[in-house]
Amino acid sequence: MKKLLILSTALTAAAFAASAQEVTVMSWGGAYTQSQVEAYHKPFSAETGIKVVSVDADNPATPIKAMVEAGNVTIDVADVEYADAIRLCDEGLLEVIDPAILPAAPDGTPAMDDFLPGAVTDCAVTSIVFSTIFAYDTTKFPEGPTTIADFFDLEKFPGKRGMRKGAKANLEMALMADGVPAAEVYGILATPEGVDRAFAMLDKIKAETIWWEAGAQPPQLLADGEVAMTTAYNGRIFAAAAAEGKPFKTVWDGQVYEYDLFVIPKGAPNKDAALQFIAYSTDTQRLADQAKWISYGPGRKSSAPLVGLYQDGKTEMGPYMPTAAENLTNALPSSYEFWVDRDTELNEKFNAWLLK
Amino acid sequence: MKLPIYATPLERTWAWAYRAICGAIFVFLIAPILIIIPLSFNAEPYFTFTREMLTFDPAGYSSRWYDNLLTFGMIAPDAARDGNWWSDVWANASWVQAAKNSVIIGFFSTILATVLGTIAALGLSRPEMPYRKAIMAILISPMIVPIIITATGLFFFYSNPCAMFVGLGLDPACGRLAGTYLGVVLAHATLGIPFVIITVTATLLGFDRSLLRASASLGAGPVTTFFKVQLPLITPGVVSGALFAFVTSFDEVVVVLFIGSHEQQTIPRAMWNGIREQISPSILAVAAILVVVSIGLLTVVELLRRRSERMRGLSPA
Amino acid sequence: MADVTMDAPAARPELLRTADGMPLKAALAAASRRARIRAFLLVLPLLAFILITFVVPIGQMLSRSMINDQFSASMPAVGQWFADNPNAAPDEAAFAALASDLAGAAEARTIGEVGTRINYDVPGTRSLFTSTGRKAKTLAPPYRDALLAIDKDWDRPDLWATMRAASTPATTAFYQAALDRKLTPEGKYERADAGSRIYVTLFIRTFILSVVITGLCLLLGYPIAHLLAVLPLRHASLLMILVLLPFWTSLLVRTTSWMVLLQGQGVINNVLVSLGIIGDDGRLAMMYNQTGTIIAMTHILLPFMILPLYSVMKTIPPSYARAARSLGASSWTTFRRIYLPQTAPGIGAGGILVFILAVGYYITPALVGGADGTLISNQIAFHMQKSLNWSLAAALASMLLAAVLILYWAYDRLVGIDNMKLG
Repeated sequence: MKKLLILSTALTAAAFAASAQEVTVMSWGGAYTQSQVEAYHKPFSAETGIKVVSVDADNPATPIKAMVEAGNVTIDVADVEYADAIRLCDEGLLEVIDPAILPAAPDGTPAMDDFLPGAVTDCAVTSIVFSTIFAYDTTKFPEGPTTIADFFDLEKFPGKRGMRKGAKANLEMALMADGVPAAEVYGILATPEGVDRAFAMLDKIKAETIWWEAGAQPPQLLADGEVAMTTAYNGRIFAAAAAEGKPFKTVWDGQVYEYDLFVIPKGAPNKDAALQFIAYSTDTQRLADQAKWISYGPGRKSSAPLVGLYQDGKTEMGPYMPTAAENLTNALPSSYEFWVDRDTELNEKFNAWLLK
Repeated sequence: MKLPIYATPLERTWAWAYRAICGAIFVFLIAPILIIIPLSFNAEPYFTFTREMLTFDPAGYSSRWYDNLLTFGMIAPDAARDGNWWSDVWANASWVQAAKNSVIIGFFSTILATVLGTIAALGLSRPEMPYRKAIMAILISPMIVPIIITATGLFFFYSNPCAMFVGLGLDPACGRLAGTYLGVVLAHATLGIPFVIITVTATLLGFDRSLLRASASLGAGPVTTFFKVQLPLITPGVVSGALFAFVTSFDEVVVVLFIGSHEQQTIPRAMWNGIREQISPSILAVAAILVVVSIGLLTVVELLRRRSERMRGLSPA
Repeated sequence: MADVTMDAPAARPELLRTADGMPLKAALAAASRRARIRAFLLVLPLLAFILITFVVPIGQMLSRSMINDQFSASMPAVGQWFADNPNAAPDEAAFAALASDLAGAAEARTIGEVGTRINYDVPGTRSLFTSTGRKAKTLAPPYRDALLAIDKDWDRPDLWATMRAASTPATTAFYQAALDRKLTPEGKYERADAGSRIYVTLFIRTFILSVVITGLCLLLGYPIAHLLAVLPLRHASLLMILVLLPFWTSLLVRTTSWMVLLQGQGVINNVLVSLGIIGDDGRLAMMYNQTGTIIAMTHILLPFMILPLYSVMKTIPPSYARAARSLGASSWTTFRRIYLPQTAPGIGAGGILVFILAVGYYITPALVGGADGTLISNQIAFHMQKSLNWSLAAALASMLLAAVLILYWAYDRLVGIDNMKLG
């Protein structure tokens, strides 16, 4: 008994000792995590000798609160959406990041001017711009849906749908499909009638919808033929089509795009290494490198000219970026002001709606 | 199952139909488990039988997914397969790490559960044990309480175990068990204990207590009696209880998800992550290996059970 | 073991005494007390372990369903006002207290917590707290008008009723929510309208699915158990291995198998398509719905039905059935009147065991259940991990646990926990 305890304690101690030269990064899994491993983790480890451990979550923002409040923080860096970064920071669940640690652009532009507007906040630093789009299987619809309204049209395009299990982006897309211009979406969604209108639109396809949680699921659902079209993060669909040659096509109409940011949970075990990792990963070259692996736009202006070809060496990345001019004809920048305050209540409503 | 001679033709037909029904149910029980094995050798990344596989064309089969289990997570998977390659596998391959964790956690939690459980079972099976039923009900409860409730309860406790003992003068922030090997081992031991209790008390039920008196009358102390007389006789029960405890830990995912960190990545946890996102054929290869392991374990348990029944004279040898 | 000298010479025939002169009755009592203590000491380490690391933590977790200080901890002034003014409508003093608390909570970064707590009962009010909190520092008297100028919702009676209810940590609000009851502006609870009764519906769904799964297990397990019980031992123990193999196989492995079998491009659909039974575009949806949950869980729980049935059936002597037949009963009557009643204890044991395991199932429904095939456990996990409404998760958990414990008690009465068998 005693020996066993000593042994187990030794094991625990060994685990702690090992974590001294480590930084644990929680991200969204699948192709996205893979792109971060290639663009950030590997060169960071090679340069600093600090081991980067990669952990996946459906949405890294959710475990943070549970970890901090239960006093059980096991990660050092998390990759979260903009509204979550603001909200968690407001609630005192994140470490403050001094922007002075961020390196300047190669031409000397200070970091704060180099990042896209609003991309650096008190507690978070943007890495990429991503978008929620919808995609379909071209073997099922050779003619293809072209507008967001088609996604909600089961008569014109029959077949199962896939959507993220949550309110965010779904409600906006539903309103846009109902004919609301992108600029007016949040004004309407701020009213109870607007929320009901969005849910009424979702009601139309509810019976035919499979709800996904992890970002890696939608391409898999498409590939398995479980759904005919699905909403997804744009980079996942690109990765499945480019790397595995899947017959998927992205529809940019009605896309909802936003920043993705690195944050440090309050009480992270390796805070210094975490700061080092964030400063390294969000420099000009690293952000540009990531676009070699997945079609997400870099958070720095100076990275944009460095973005070139996909890792296969022939696919031009530009047209696949959420921010490419031709993809922005009917696009909505996600409003963090809206979601910071309304995320909890709308998700609760969404969850209740789902169980009905 | 012989039919009596007075069976009517209808009954004879029914008897055959009954056998067919039973056969179908056995297929339902077994086929889903065994089907994993051939599918894990599929050369293509599909989860169904390809034409090549059905015609037993060797080109349809491949062990690439098993190879994938070794190479995934390695630093240099493409290097020559010499000693260095294998030490790379041992040190870095994700599935090998998960297997190591599963075995380490399973081993220690089994020992803890078996030792505590066997001692308690000895007490429980004494006729003079007070509050026997109530205590038994508490000790078996980890098996009955829904796992999600167990996991959430343990999550809060293991995150801050000292908070409970503030009244005893402990510092409320004296450390945590969540995210440590010790924590997962303790939690898995808790889950394994009911199995040890059940199997060991069942074995003790058939234990002839007059042997204890015989031993005592021959001058042996209680400790000698236990190790020389009682333990050898109940060993089959203890071992199969230990196997149950090990399998419980080896198969457990919910508690690991709640209280383990990435360092305690076990095989079930890795499978859970893999299945949720995509069932890659590598998952099938892991599943196939686990099926073979469980066949092995089942064989051991069956042999033990027969030995124990023979020793208790319950079944003809 | 035996330290009582039974054959001590009796000094006085009317009172038996031990060798050292104690009355035999007292000596026996002392010996039996020592034996009881010794037995108890053997159990004690494990009992303490289970109590400390299992029973108490679960109890503490469940207590979150009745104690929630998300609001009261950060809003002391309003709490004081509620305590001083029972049943009063909010006056200027109340609004002044509210304004100072909002400013304090915004400063301490707990305003989100406060709003979240109220939002549980009055949906759509979290943003009221967070947005007002940002401006709370600039508020000046009269506070009522100042707050209403920011948002006229601050006057809502149901909001104040909820804040009053939340101003002390002890609460029944989460049990009310778990029972689909909501707070009225008068401070009373009433049943929510049909459209938003989600948890009771989910409990009913869990119950129905568990009944269906238990029924299917019985339907499939009964013939198998009977076959095993009547076959000669050598054949039976071979077939028994087929029952035990699933029992020993990892749950995740079995769930994976079913996903492989049931999915759109999976084995079953492919076989049906290649046999021409269904068209390529008419593939059956057997996964991510209730069908998937039922099939996979029936398979996983079937051994738990077969084993208790088998152990009961093995003890039934065939002579009763023969006697019934010889008295002229048809085989159906024999089965219904003679055999079936004798297997009732096995049906009860297996049925309750499978039902207990089914109502608490988590893994399989989470993987193959989709939206309508998930059970109450999945909802508890959702509130634990995603929505982080731990109090509601605890309330749902205690209701589930209560149901399970009642079944556990019934199982104990019917079978006896010590008669539980594993393989």
